[in-house]
Amino acid sequence: MDNITSLIGGFGDVLSPMNLLIALLGVTVGTAVGVLPGIGPAMTVALLLPITYGLAPVEGLILFAGIFYGGMYGGSTTSILLNTPGESASVVTAIEGNKMAKAGRAAQALATSAIGSFIAGTIGTLGIVFLMPQVAKFAISLGAPEYLAIILLTFTGVTAVLGASRVRGLASLLVGLTIGVVGIDFVTGQQRLTGGLPQLADGIDVVVVAVGIFAVGEALWVAAHLRRKAGEVIPVGRPWMGRSDWSRSWKPWLRGTLLGFPFGAMPAGGAEIPTLLSYTAEKKLSKHPEEFGHGAIEGVAGPEAANNASAAGTLVPMLALGLPTNATAAIMLAALQGWGIEPGPLLLTKEPALVWALIASLFIGNTMLLLLNLPLAPAWAKLLQIPRPYLYAGILFFASMGAYAVNSQPFDLWLLLALGLLGFAMRRFGLPVLPLIVGVILGPLVERKGRQSLQLTGGDISGLVGGPVAWVCYVLIVVALAWPLISLLRSRRGGGGSDDGPGPDGAGPDALVNARAGYSYNSSEA
Amino acid sequence: MTVLVGFVPNPLGESALTAAVAEARRRSERLLVVNMSRDDVLVDARRAGEEQLDRVRRDLEELDLEFEVRQIAEGGDAAEVLLDVAGREGVSVIVIGLRHRTPVGKLLLGSAAQRILLDADCPVLAVKAA
Repeated sequence: MDNITSLIGGFGDVLSPMNLLIALLGVTVGTAVGVLPGIGPAMTVALLLPITYGLAPVEGLILFAGIFYGGMYGGSTTSILLNTPGESASVVTAIEGNKMAKAGRAAQALATSAIGSFIAGTIGTLGIVFLMPQVAKFAISLGAPEYLAIILLTFTGVTAVLGASRVRGLASLLVGLTIGVVGIDFVTGQQRLTGGLPQLADGIDVVVVAVGIFAVGEALWVAAHLRRKAGEVIPVGRPWMGRSDWSRSWKPWLRGTLLGFPFGAMPAGGAEIPTLLSYTAEKKLSKHPEEFGHGAIEGVAGPEAANNASAAGTLVPMLALGLPTNATAAIMLAALQGWGIEPGPLLLTKEPALVWALIASLFIGNTMLLLLNLPLAPAWAKLLQIPRPYLYAGILFFASMGAYAVNSQPFDLWLLLALGLLGFAMRRFGLPVLPLIVGVILGPLVERKGRQSLQLTGGDISGLVGGPVAWVCYVLIVVALAWPLISLLRSRRGGGGSDDGPGPDGAGPDALVNARAGYSYNSSEA
Repeated sequence: MTVLVGFVPNPLGESALTAAVAEARRRSERLLVVNMSRDDVLVDARRAGEEQLDRVRRDLEELDLEFEVRQIAEGGDAAEVLLDVAGREGVSVIVIGLRHRTPVGKLLLGSAAQRILLDADCPVLAVKAA
C-alpha cells in the first residue's frame, strides 16, 4: 500500500493552482495538436522543450503528460470525422468511426471514444501506480549487461516489431545512432564525426534533432503536398449515447484496456498493435458482426480504449527503466536529461516526489480531457478549417526559435535545416521516424552500458551475455528478427498460415504503413 | 450571356441562389452555379456535398432553366476563383451572398464579397440571408 500513500502525496503536490493551470494548458494544447493530422504530441513536445527548461521539472512534466494524453483524445476526433487519422494510434478508429459519422452517428462515435479513452486512461494510470514501482525495484538489481540487453530489445521492438518494414526501421535506427555518437568520446576524449567543426564537439542537441525531424521535416513534407481537396463539414452536434450504445460499448472498453496496457508497458510495445488486436477481437466477439465495415460502435470503443491504455502503459518503461517506446516518451526523457535528472531505474528512488506528482497529474488531466472533449467536440472539429500555410508558418517560427535558443548560435539553424531535409527525405522514402529519435536518445546510453560491460570483463565478449534476463532478451530479439523466416517455414509446411507480422486485418497493415511513414497524407507515396 | 452565382451550403447560399434564379429569368439567360472550396484546408464549410449539389440540380431542372452546376476545389481564394470564372465565361452579372463581418474580422481575414464588389468588371448583385 506504499504506492497508494505515495500517490496521495503526489496529489497533494499537484493540486496547486499553478500546476492545475499547467495541466489544463497541456491537455488543451494536446487535444488541439491531436486533432490536426501531421501535428502530433511528439512534435509539440519537441517544440516546447526549450521553453520548458525555464519551468520546474514537475511543471514541465505535467505539461508534457497533458499533451501526450490529450493527443490520444484529439486524434480520434479527426479519425472519426475525416477518415484521416490525427495520429498513428487512431488509424484503426477511422475504419468504423468514419463509417458511423457518415451514417449520421458522429455524436455517438465521439462519445464512445471519449468515454472509453477516459476509462482506459484511468485504469491504465492505476496500472502504472501498481506496476511501475515493482518494475523499478527489479530494474535496480540489473547490471550493465542485462540493461544493455533490455535496451537492445527496445531497439528491436521499435524497428522490427512496430514498423511495417524491418529494413527501413533498421536504417532509421542506424541514422539515429549515428547522430547520437557525434561529439566527444566519453572514454577516450576523441572527437567523433564532428568533421572538424568545433560546434559539433558537444554533440548535436536532442532539441535540434527532434525539432528538425518532427517539425521542419513535416512542414517541408506538407509544403510539397499542399494541394488537396478539402473535405465537407460533417455536422457533429453534442456527443451523447443511447442505452444500446452504452451496453454495446462497455465490454469493448474493458477488453481494449486489457489489451492496450500490457503492450504499452513492454519495452517493445506501442499503440498500433493493441488497437488492431482489439479491433479484430471485437469483430469476432460482436453480436452484430454484419455491422462491421458499416459503422459498428464496438469497433470504435475497443481500439480507442486500447490506444489510451497503451499510452498509459508506455509510461511504465519510461519511468521505471528510462526506455521510451514512443516518440513523445523519447522526447520527455530528453527533457528530463535537460533538467539534469538522469532517467533510469534510480529515478523513482531519487525523485519520488516528481514521479508521483506526474502520475497524479495524469489522473487529473484525464478527467479534464473528458470534460473538454465531450461537450466541446464540435469546437475542436473547427480547428480543421484553419488554412495549412498559417499553421505551418507558426510551426516553423517556433522550430527556429527553439533551435536557436538552445545554444544561441546560428550554426544550430543550419543544422536544423539539414535535419529538416533529412526528415523530409525519410517521409519521402517511407522511413519511420520513431527508431531515429529512439536511437539518438538511447544511443549514448547503449554505448556506455556496452563499454561498461566490456570493461568489467576486460574486453571479453562473453561479458555481454551475463545473467538470465539478458538471455531471455537475446532470445526474444532473435525470434523477432527471424520471424519472417519462421512464419515462411511454417506456412510452407502448414500450407496456409497467412499471418505474417502484426497485422492480421486487411485494412490494418496498409493503414499502418501510412501512419508510420510520418503520418503522410496520401497513401500512394508510401 | 450568363448569370453567375457563388453557392455555399447554408441559408446565405440558398438566398443567393433564389435571387440568381430570379435574375436569370428576368434576363432570360443561362445560370452558372459555382461552389468553391479551398485546397489548403482539411475541411471547408463552404464545400457543398454531392447530395446538396444534386438537390440544387433537381430544383433547377424543375424550374425549366438552362443551367450548369460546377464545383471548383482548387485555389485558396474564393473571390479570385469567382472573378476568374466571370472573366472567362463572359458573365453579365455575379450574384453573391453577403454576410455580416465585424471590422476586426474583415481586417484579419479580408472579405471575399468586398473584393468581388470592387474588382468585378460586371454588375454584382449582393444578397443578404433571408
